[in-house]
Amino acid sequence: MARVSVQQADFDLSAEVDALRAGDGGVGAVVAFVGTVRDRGDGKAISAMELEHYPGMTEAAIEAMIDEAGRRFELRAVRVVHRVGRLQALDQIVLVAVSSAHRGQAFQACEFLMDYLKTQAPFWKKEHTSEGAHWVDARVADDEALARWGLRSDNAG
Amino acid sequence: MKVQVRYFASLREGLGAAEAVDMPPGSTVGQLRDALLARSERHAELLARGRAVRCALAQTLCDEGQALAEGAEVAFFPPVTGG
Repeated sequence: MARVSVQQADFDLSAEVDALRAGDGGVGAVVAFVGTVRDRGDGKAISAMELEHYPGMTEAAIEAMIDEAGRRFELRAVRVVHRVGRLQALDQIVLVAVSSAHRGQAFQACEFLMDYLKTQAPFWKKEHTSEGAHWVDARVADDEALARWGLRSDNAG
Repeated sequence: MKVQVRYFASLREGLGAAEAVDMPPGSTVGQLRDALLARSERHAELLARGRAVRCALAQTLCDEGQALAEGAEVAFFPPVTGG
């Protein structure tokens, strides 16, 4: 099974987790993070979210971050699905699912992967609100989250 | 040497998805940005120094000191906001 999918289609959390641990008796823990589209931001109603990516580079960047997670944590398998195109409020955006023998490594690896993805993978969000559309600003807090893992990011710089 | 430039997100909206640029051999990504800045008022505004613009060479994040080779693919884009 592919480790990375960048797709317009929605994903099924249960099916993804089933596939992630299928036939692997060494798995004792699965941690899955699902990011979703909020229906409000800065006091404005969000009706839709457009997600753009850099085909080729985006997939390669996520593959590289999974390799890095594999060097840092004891993992059995990793699956990342990120949606692109036009999404609606409350839609699922991203899935990061990790399996491991024990929960500690799985929790940490999942958070590491999300912190990495937020600042290093080429995706851009455009929010559509009642007052028009705008590109979402990067957050310094996301760079700081990656710094906890000893990795420097100047994304929001 | 010919270099292929790609833009994403707000830069793509302002400058188009891609353009070809002829650069002197040995040029860096930063020198390419300088050359692009001189192309039009819109380039000057969107790629201005002091604006948060990230770059990638051969589909890997890079800094502006990286040297370009013939046929290189260079991308400029705003800070990423996925997840």
